[in-house]
Amino acid sequence: MQIAPAAPAFAPRPLPARGGVGLKAEHYRTILETGPDIGFFEVHAENYMGAGGPPHRVLTAIRERYPLSLHGVGLSIGAARDLDRGHLARLAALIARYQPGMFSEHLAWSTHDAGFLNDLLPLPYTDETLARVCTHIDQVQTVIGRQMLLENPTTYLAFAESTWPEVAFIAEVVRRTGCGLLLDVNNVHLSAVNLAGDAAAYLAAFPLAHVREIHLAGHAPETDEADRPLLIDSHDRPVDAAVWQLYADTVARTGPLPTLIEWDSDVPGWPDLAAEAARAEAVMAAHAAGGADVVAR
Amino acid sequence: MSSHAERLAGFGAAILDARLAAPPGLLGPDGQPSARRFAVYRNNVVVGLTEALQAAYPVVHRLVGEAFFRAVAGHYVRLEPPASPILLDYGAGFPAFLEVFPPAQALAYLPDVARLERAWVEAYHAAEPGPAPGWAGLPADGLAGLRLALHPSVRVLASDHPVLRIWQMNLPGAEPGPLPPDAGPDEVMLARPEAEVEVFRLPVGGAAFVAALQAGKTVSAAALAGFDRTPRFALQEMLSGLMASRACLGPLPAQPPHPRGDPRCSPLSPPPFALSAPRWPGFP
Repeated sequence: MQIAPAAPAFAPRPLPARGGVGLKAEHYRTILETGPDIGFFEVHAENYMGAGGPPHRVLTAIRERYPLSLHGVGLSIGAARDLDRGHLARLAALIARYQPGMFSEHLAWSTHDAGFLNDLLPLPYTDETLARVCTHIDQVQTVIGRQMLLENPTTYLAFAESTWPEVAFIAEVVRRTGCGLLLDVNNVHLSAVNLAGDAAAYLAAFPLAHVREIHLAGHAPETDEADRPLLIDSHDRPVDAAVWQLYADTVARTGPLPTLIEWDSDVPGWPDLAAEAARAEAVMAAHAAGGADVVAR
Repeated sequence: MSSHAERLAGFGAAILDARLAAPPGLLGPDGQPSARRFAVYRNNVVVGLTEALQAAYPVVHRLVGEAFFRAVAGHYVRLEPPASPILLDYGAGFPAFLEVFPPAQALAYLPDVARLERAWVEAYHAAEPGPAPGWAGLPADGLAGLRLALHPSVRVLASDHPVLRIWQMNLPGAEPGPLPPDAGPDEVMLARPEAEVEVFRLPVGGAAFVAALQAGKTVSAAALAGFDRTPRFALQEMLSGLMASRACLGPLPAQPPHPRGDPRCSPLSPPPFALSAPRWPGFP
């Protein structure tokens, strides 16, 4: 006798092309008691890898009411070493349990012999790293049984040995693996300023047809030892005007997309956070073609 | 090792050891190295892990202050970076580190306060229990020979210091006050029967008693562990408290008889006391 596996607790629910925010503990009560009209919530996968208790209880209550985006930070796709099988299995279990509308991870690495390094560290863009990243993404998509989105990084330093420009590297990863993209427009701006690049040129070359979600965030302006601008990906303040402009230019070409306001430190009260998400929706309403002119998918 | 692997190994080593120079070939916008830009990554890692540690040990942070905490954390996170990306679990070794960190040794109670905070975090994230065994069919001679199922979140701690009282009065928002110099030891049980972590002061011997139950000992064997700690172990008070705390889910099913006789019950040493069935709401 074949015993069917238990049906997932949640029916699949895609992310709407609306503004979303990160789910933060300081807002749990407000969200569950007032049921605000927000497009979706995004959470870091690793925060829900405990066995039980309030995190899962709250996430279950949220997922009963809202679409969910699951964003991993610790998979270390850009590392030379193999993906951690236990971590991948935990991710697969989380995805099966909560049925998020999207799952995304970073073009970065964090695993080291000494331990897990708790940051999104950069990798050189070479034929060797390209093959390794594609192998890892193939493995992830096979294990979780669905498409993942790959997020572009913030860059502070370039590797001398890189032979691929970042946009071409990302486009080739998409071509080889069929993964989708999470376009972090703030990261595009930061990387362009930090390396004296051109954000508009980056976006013009970016494979926008494969973008399934957008991240917007605030950053901290600093300088390096030569007094050049060094913008830090701090996620601790409102989105900058330059980033709103790049976002408007982007959605004018892609059409409306699920857009997350990524505010992780010095988190404001709920009304201010929700207002940033509402602003993203206003930008989409003003600039994004309804569907006729969008880049062919 | 591939050049990819070598490159990342060198990068990671330099992140954790501030005495190392930034690796070569990491270039700013003018094609020149920039120590300041590499320092962003170093800073992110150390600050991020320090914040994770502070989130796990808020009372230790309050007791030693921001500057000292940042200093001790700076040493600890470089010595023991996380083994996994699951940061909610990070810092298990921090209490032991506080014990051997010379500048912290003036605060003799600090490592045990840290242990209490660690137990709280473990209880918070512990698994939800499966279906509760229930109390139907309790043997007529009461609890003595039973093993008990405890909630997966239960944690116990015994300290020579009054750590529960120190912890409670140094929680965020609480007001610390003086403790008498003979404040004495604390034994503590934590449990998260639903969504909230609850913290209980146990009678002396209680931590050994509960730990024995968690290890699958019968109530009578666990009681012996309590009496080992003190001949005045308040067993009935402990039992009533345990039941009232909702930390106990019910009896475990009886073990099948051991083929060479039950190692738990020697005919030469019957339990020294009889336990009557406890009375609590709902018990038939």
